[in-house]
Amino acid sequence: MFDDLRDLYQEVILDHGRKPRNFRRLENATHHARGDNPLCGDKMDLWLAFNEDGSIADAAFQGRGCAISMASASLMTETVRGKTPAQAKAMGAGFRELAMTGHCPACDAALEEDMERLTPLSGVHEFPSRVKCATLAWHTLNNALDDPGGKEASSE
Amino acid sequence: MDGLSPAPFDIAAIRADFPILASEYRGKKLVFLDSGASAQKPRQVIQAMVTCMESAYANVHRGAYHLSEQATADYEAARAAVARFINAPSEADIIFTANSTMAMNLVAHSFGRGMLKPGQAVIASEMEHHANLVPWQMLRDAHGTELRICRITDAGELDLGHLAELLADGRAGLVAITHMSNVLGTVTPAAQIARMAHEAGAKVLFDGSQAAVHRRVDVQAIDADFYAFTGHKLYGPTGIGVLYAKADLQRAMPPFLGGGDMIASVGLHHSTWAEPPAKFEAGTPAIIEAIGLHAAIRYVEAIGMAAIEAHERALVDHAMAVLPGIEGLRILGAAQDRGGVFAFALDNAHSHDLSTLLDRAGIAVRAGRHCAEPLHERLGAESGTCRASFGLYTTAAEIDYLAEALVSARRFFA
Ligand SMILES: Cc1ncc(COP(=O)(O)O)c(C=O)c1O
Repeated sequence: MFDDLRDLYQEVILDHGRKPRNFRRLENATHHARGDNPLCGDKMDLWLAFNEDGSIADAAFQGRGCAISMASASLMTETVRGKTPAQAKAMGAGFRELAMTGHCPACDAALEEDMERLTPLSGVHEFPSRVKCATLAWHTLNNALDDPGGKEASSE
Repeated sequence: MDGLSPAPFDIAAIRADFPILASEYRGKKLVFLDSGASAQKPRQVIQAMVTCMESAYANVHRGAYHLSEQATADYEAARAAVARFINAPSEADIIFTANSTMAMNLVAHSFGRGMLKPGQAVIASEMEHHANLVPWQMLRDAHGTELRICRITDAGELDLGHLAELLADGRAGLVAITHMSNVLGTVTPAAQIARMAHEAGAKVLFDGSQAAVHRRVDVQAIDADFYAFTGHKLYGPTGIGVLYAKADLQRAMPPFLGGGDMIASVGLHHSTWAEPPAKFEAGTPAIIEAIGLHAAIRYVEAIGMAAIEAHERALVDHAMAVLPGIEGLRILGAAQDRGGVFAFALDNAHSHDLSTLLDRAGIAVRAGRHCAEPLHERLGAESGTCRASFGLYTTAAEIDYLAEALVSARRFFA
């Protein structure tokens, strides 16, 4: 009945949605933010820890949400590891473009490989009401980077 | 037609009245199961509004020319039709608002601030729509009233024992309760609630946004002091709602919004108020929408509320026979007296993922928490639910199709 939805729900997404990676509280985190999508009740806490050179040493999250938002957060925590805050933000901007349009022509070639890991989520661009599910984690990341104290991010 | 004796219920003819039901999306026929959020409109309503604009439109209560007189008469005829529809003693007891949210806010403002004293309590319940909860929180913060929340049982019925406890100290000034839950489908025992409230010296407001669509409402029989509903759920247009308020309360309450139409005389520094209900209808009202609501009421009354209720009871029985058998499906609430609303969750799919799948099958359901966040918390469904809600055009075959799609969806996420 739903075979044509396999584009949106690719195996990677179902897998990360069911078994999100880095789904834990990060005890040595210096940065934290909470993301909230009031429309559907999705909530997530994101924690970041940094290396001495300023790059992200570890990212982890906890929360509840749909398969898309869980998978997006899971993939994000994997891909931002080792990135500088500026690189992570550039990836977030690229990802939002990807989620809204299905393409990311402006994505920095230097990040191409990482962006490729996120492309299974590009299918959401055909589902306007679901774009926010995919971008919530990245909004939350921005907030954690800008305001380590843990302000509430909203997907609104 | 008196609407009391079940009329022959010709579902095919009824469906043919709703142009949108013939539409398709991605080759799938529309299965519209979101009437509880807003219902579709029959041609009769659409046509009445077009006719108004084409041949009988002008502002009301203002012009001395024939078009304005005609529009005024049509607008007031809509008020009279609403009064008959809920058996109000007089058409003067009917205040037109923008929707039921505004109706509740009108009560919170005019009755709440105007007639309740700080320290008095407003009692709402755990299963209220935000529209019948947030205004009481705002009233509490602005005016110093207390907000008390009546519990529901695990079956999703109002806990009347708890209501009695909340009323016991005699400090409650208002009981504001839904007449039918938009999530659980629970129909509350309105007459009994009103009796309990009145015995404790409190007034009672029913949020009839859902109930008025599915049942014959008689505000005198239940002895409501206030009764609110909204036109767009009753197959009418958006932008028009109704507040029934007893005449003595309307006289005693200060106005809500100030402006034109609600005044008797205006000076630069002081004004006097028009007689109710005009006192509560500031500014140019929703004239075309009132005409549309009148057409919607004529439409459901021609079918008969008793026939509509019987049809929906049959649909609820059918859904209760079909849905609980689906593996992994949880249905919220198990009220004895239930209208055609089912909120459900699959064990392996989030409500948003599920609604995306159902949408692909052509099925429109609402996903999320349906403006009832506290209720979802109370029932351990924080991640939300999908909600199928029925209208007079819903068929048993559509419920079967939903059931089939739910089985496929569970397999999809397995
Ligand atoms: C029980 C209940 N109360 C209030 C409302 C609010 O209706 P409206 O948005 O038309 O004001 C709704 C509908 O959403 C409802 O189901």
